[in-house]
Amino acid sequence: MSIFAIATSVAETAAAHGDEAASAGLPQLDPSSWPSQLFWLAVIFGSLYALMHTRFLPAIGGAIEERRDRIADDLDKASEFKHQAEEAEGAYNQALADAKAKAQGIAAETRGEVDKDIAEMQADTDAALEKQVAAAEARITAMKVDAAAKVHDAAAETARAVVEILLDEAPTSEAAEKAVSNVSNAS
Amino acid sequence: MDAEAAKLIGAGLASIPLAGAGVGLGLIFGNFLSGAFRNPSAAAANQPTMLLAFALTEFTGLLGFAIAMIILYTF
Amino acid sequence: MIDIRAAGPMEQFEILPIIPLDIAGIDISFTNSSLWMLIATGAIVLFFFLATRRAALIPGRVQSAVEVLYEFVSDLVRDTIGSDGRKFFPYVFTLFIFILAANLFGLIPSLPYTPAAMHTFTPTSHLIVTLALAMVTISIVVIYGFWKNGLKFFKLFAPSGLPIYMYVLIVPIEIISFLSRPISLAVRLFANMFAGHIILKLFAGFVVSLLSAGGAVMVFGIAPFLGAIAVTALEFLVAALQAYVFAVLTCIYLSDAAHASDH
Repeated sequence: MSIFAIATSVAETAAAHGDEAASAGLPQLDPSSWPSQLFWLAVIFGSLYALMHTRFLPAIGGAIEERRDRIADDLDKASEFKHQAEEAEGAYNQALADAKAKAQGIAAETRGEVDKDIAEMQADTDAALEKQVAAAEARITAMKVDAAAKVHDAAAETARAVVEILLDEAPTSEAAEKAVSNVSNAS
Repeated sequence: MDAEAAKLIGAGLASIPLAGAGVGLGLIFGNFLSGAFRNPSAAAANQPTMLLAFALTEFTGLLGFAIAMIILYTF
Repeated sequence: MIDIRAAGPMEQFEILPIIPLDIAGIDISFTNSSLWMLIATGAIVLFFFLATRRAALIPGRVQSAVEVLYEFVSDLVRDTIGSDGRKFFPYVFTLFIFILAANLFGLIPSLPYTPAAMHTFTPTSHLIVTLALAMVTISIVVIYGFWKNGLKFFKLFAPSGLPIYMYVLIVPIEIISFLSRPISLAVRLFANMFAGHIILKLFAGFVVSLLSAGGAVMVFGIAPFLGAIAVTALEFLVAALQAYVFAVLTCIYLSDAAHASDH
């Protein structure tokens, strides 16, 4: 406390020297004003401290704290809403996927049924056509056989007529037929 | 020598510390700035230390000032 | 010729009684120093009253300003002292706001033709006021230091981990450094305010002398006038900075007291 001690002693000697020394000196080093300054400083600073400590600082701190809590709350709420929105979106996507799958299932089923119908109808048609074809073929075969028999008969008749003209002797129809059969079998 | 003249000379001599305080303050702020430009993210954390150094250095100059005032006005 | 008279550079620091008071032989008059302390404190109280009248969720202009101050000092205390600092916050805040207001109100120019006791006065330009504030701070440091750390508070003077012969050197230096803390705190604030007002007064005095010289010389009065304006601006910076420095140093010393046994 060197400066303080020096200042005090200097001021005291200055004060001891009398008025003319005190008036020339620094007002700061005039000890006669110190008690008053200290007293009023203590009163004013003390009451300011008491006011700050009990009223103003808790009020300001409370307001700041409340705002911070409120902001934190709001942020929490916002994140909750976001979460809910995400959940809703997930559910929507799920429903969409389900519906798609169902639609695809229905489409596949329908397609299968239609295919089956088509196949049945085709089979029916095929069978009918086959029957007709078989009948036609049978008829054709019968007609062929018939025609062949008629050709055979005609050939035998013709051969008999040719032989009768050439030999004036009519062979029996059995012989002619036999000869024609031999020829047609050999050829 | 007249005592009044000696007093004035003494007060003048007592203001010489202001030169040292000026150099010191320049060093403190200059070095703080060069450090702050190198690593700006650490600058804010060191500001109280810088101000402490500033206050302590300034005190040296103020002591000279106070002594000059005491010489001038109390002797 | 303008009839003006410049006051001496020390006149602005004179303590003049307004209401003489005397209790038990001790002169505790209400002086111009007390008046300006009261004006500064009254302004703070009014400001804070307006700010906290309705603690709104969405702050108005005044409440925002007060909240900025609150957060500023609150961050300072938390960053410097740590978790122990919460209980010192009201003291540091009061100290900061009181010194700031006292410094700033001292920069208001005095009204002309008013009695000298009504002239603007800076209470913090008196060593006894700043010394009292510094002693309160150091008393808190010492009392809290012993309460928190017991006799380990003395480790502040003897940091551990040094070779034994170093203590012969370190301990006296630390003790002197600790004892000089209140003086440096007090003298810094006092001398800053004192010197700033003297420089302001010198520039203003140049203006007055040049004006009273009359004639063409009066034109040169503009230079010290601009100088006075510049110094006033600088003084606003110094007023805020010194309040901040006082608060920072208070926090650092309190932090020393809180963590004395750690090192």
